[in-house]
Amino acid sequence: MSSNVNLNKQQPANSPSYKKTWKQSTKDHISGYLYISPFFIIFGVFGVFPIIFTAWISFHKWNILGTKEFVGLRNYQLLFTDDPLFWKALGNTFSIWFISTLPQLFLALILAFILNSAFVKGKQFFRLAVFLPNITSVVAVAIIFGAIFGQQYGILNYLLSFFGIEPINWQGTYWGTHLAISSMVMWRWTGYNAIIYLAALQSIPKDLYEAARIDGASKAQQLFHITIPMIRPMIIFTVILSTIGGMQIFAEPLMFSGPGGGAMDQGLTMTLYLYEEAFTRNSFGYASAIAWVLFLIIVLFSLVNLFVTRRIKSAE
Amino acid sequence: MKEVGVKWYSPGKIITYLLLIIITFLSIFPFYWMFVIGSHHTSAVNKFPPAMLPGANFFENAGKVFDNIQFFQAIINSVIASTAITAAVLFFCSLSGFAFAKLNFKWKNGLFVFIIATMMVPSQLGLIPSYMIISKLGWINSLNAIIVPAMVNAFGVFWMRQYIMATIPNELMDAGRIDGCSNFRLYWSVVLPSVRPAMATLGLITFMNVWNDFLWPLVVLKDRSVHTIQIALRTLNGAYYQDFAMILAGTFMATVPILIVFLMFSKQFISGLTEGSVKN
Repeated sequence: MSSNVNLNKQQPANSPSYKKTWKQSTKDHISGYLYISPFFIIFGVFGVFPIIFTAWISFHKWNILGTKEFVGLRNYQLLFTDDPLFWKALGNTFSIWFISTLPQLFLALILAFILNSAFVKGKQFFRLAVFLPNITSVVAVAIIFGAIFGQQYGILNYLLSFFGIEPINWQGTYWGTHLAISSMVMWRWTGYNAIIYLAALQSIPKDLYEAARIDGASKAQQLFHITIPMIRPMIIFTVILSTIGGMQIFAEPLMFSGPGGGAMDQGLTMTLYLYEEAFTRNSFGYASAIAWVLFLIIVLFSLVNLFVTRRIKSAE
Repeated sequence: MKEVGVKWYSPGKIITYLLLIIITFLSIFPFYWMFVIGSHHTSAVNKFPPAMLPGANFFENAGKVFDNIQFFQAIINSVIASTAITAAVLFFCSLSGFAFAKLNFKWKNGLFVFIIATMMVPSQLGLIPSYMIISKLGWINSLNAIIVPAMVNAFGVFWMRQYIMATIPNELMDAGRIDGCSNFRLYWSVVLPSVRPAMATLGLITFMNVWNDFLWPLVVLKDRSVHTIQIALRTLNGAYYQDFAMILAGTFMATVPILIVFLMFSKQFISGLTEGSVKN
C-alpha cells in the first residue's frame, strides 16, 4: 500500500499534468501525421506509384495503341547490346556534363572568393548581376544562345573573325554543339553556385583565421587547411546537384539541336532520347527501360561523386 | 579591414575588379542583346557584323508575336499556375515543416529522412505513368495537370523545417500551449508570422521554378489555349525558325515579368538564400 502511494507520487496518473501530457502527445501524433500527409499523398500518387509502374512497363513491349506484351528483360538487353543511339546519348550527356560542370564550379568558387573579399565595393550589385541568369527560363536561354552561336550571323563567329578564325558550324558539329549547350548551362548556373559558396564562406568563424595567423600560417595554408575543408559540404552539395541536373539535361539540346538531337545525334541526351521514345515513337516500354537506367546512372554517378569529393578533405 | 602597404590600385585589386566586370558583363549581355535583336527588322538581323544597338522595330515584332502565339493567354496561364502552386507550396510545406520541427510523433525522423531522400529521384523517372494518371483524371490540357502534382515538395518541407527549428524557441510553443492553443492555432498564429523571411524565399524559388518549367508542361499541355509561356515560346521558335527578330522579341517580353518579380524581391531573396544555406 505504501509503495503504491510512492509510485503515485512519482507518476501521478490522475493529476492534471499527466493527463495534459498524455493528451498533448496524442494531439501531436494526430496533427503531426495530418500535417505531413499532403506530401505523402502527392508523392505517393505522382512519385512512388509512377516509379514502380515504370519498372513494370519496362518489362513490356507497348505502344499506347496496342496491347502490352510481356517481354521480360528484353528492353534492357536491347538497350545495352543493340542500341548505338543509347550509347551515343549516354556519351553526349556525360560530355556536356563534364564540359559545363568543371569550369562552372571552379569559376563559381573564384567568384565567391572575390565577392567575399573585404575590399570589393558594390557587392550587392555584383551578387544580383551574377545571379540574374538563373532566373531566366531554359527556353529563353536556349533561344538567345542559339542566336549567339549561329553559324552565319551569330555574334560569336563575328567576334572570332577578329582573331582570324573562320566561322564555326556550332550547330552542325559534335564539339560545337556540346560547347554551345555547355555554355548555356554554365551561364545559367555559375552565379547560383557562387552565391551558395559565398554563403558557406561567410559562415566560417573569423577567429579560425586569426588563430591561424597567430600560428604563422600563410594565406595558401589558410586556404587549404581552413577555407576548403570548411566549405567542403557545400562543394559536395553543388557537385551532386549539378550531377543530377546534368544527367537530366533536356530543354537546351531540344531547342538547340531539334527534336532528334541533330543530324549526327550530336545533341541527343539521355532525357531527350527518353522523351523521343515515349512521346514521339510511342514505345512506352522501351522508354521506361531508359528511364530506369537513367535513374540508376544518376544514383551511381552521385555516389561516385560523393566519394570523390569527400576525398578533398584528405588533402590536408 | 585595412592592410598596411596595400594600395587601392594594387595589381590584385585591378585584376579582381576586371574579372568582376567581365563576369557581370557576360551575365547581363544576353538580356540586352535579346532586346537589340528583338527591336530590329529581320533582314537587319541577317547581316554581318550583327547589330549592337537597339533598332526601331520592336512593336512591329511584338505584333507578329501576338499573331503567331496566344501570348497574353500564355502569360495568364503561367501566372495562374505559378500563383496557385506557390500558395499551395507555402501552406503545405510550412505546415509539414512545423510538424517536423515542433511536434513529437512516432517515426518522425525516419519520415523526414525519407522526404530528403526523395529529392534524389529524377522527375523523368515517373514521366510515363504520371502522364497516364493525368490522362485518366482527364487533366490533359488542363492547368490542374501541372498544379496538383507540384502542390508540395521535398525541398520546401526541408527548408521550412530547418528555418522553424532554428528560429522558433520551444518555450514559445509551451507558452502558447499553456494559453490553450491547439496545434493548428500555434502554427497559424505563432509560427507563420515568424517565418515570413523563409516563406518569401521559398515562395520566390517556387514561383520561378514553375514559371520556367518546361518538360512536364510540354507533355501534358498540348492545346494552345492552355500553353504556359515557355511552351508558347517553344512553338514560336519551332514554327518560325527564320524570323529571329520576332522570336527574340517574344523571348524578351516573356522574360520581363519574371525579371520584374525577381528585382522587386531580390534583396530578400539573395539574403534568404545565403542565410538558409548557412543554417544547414
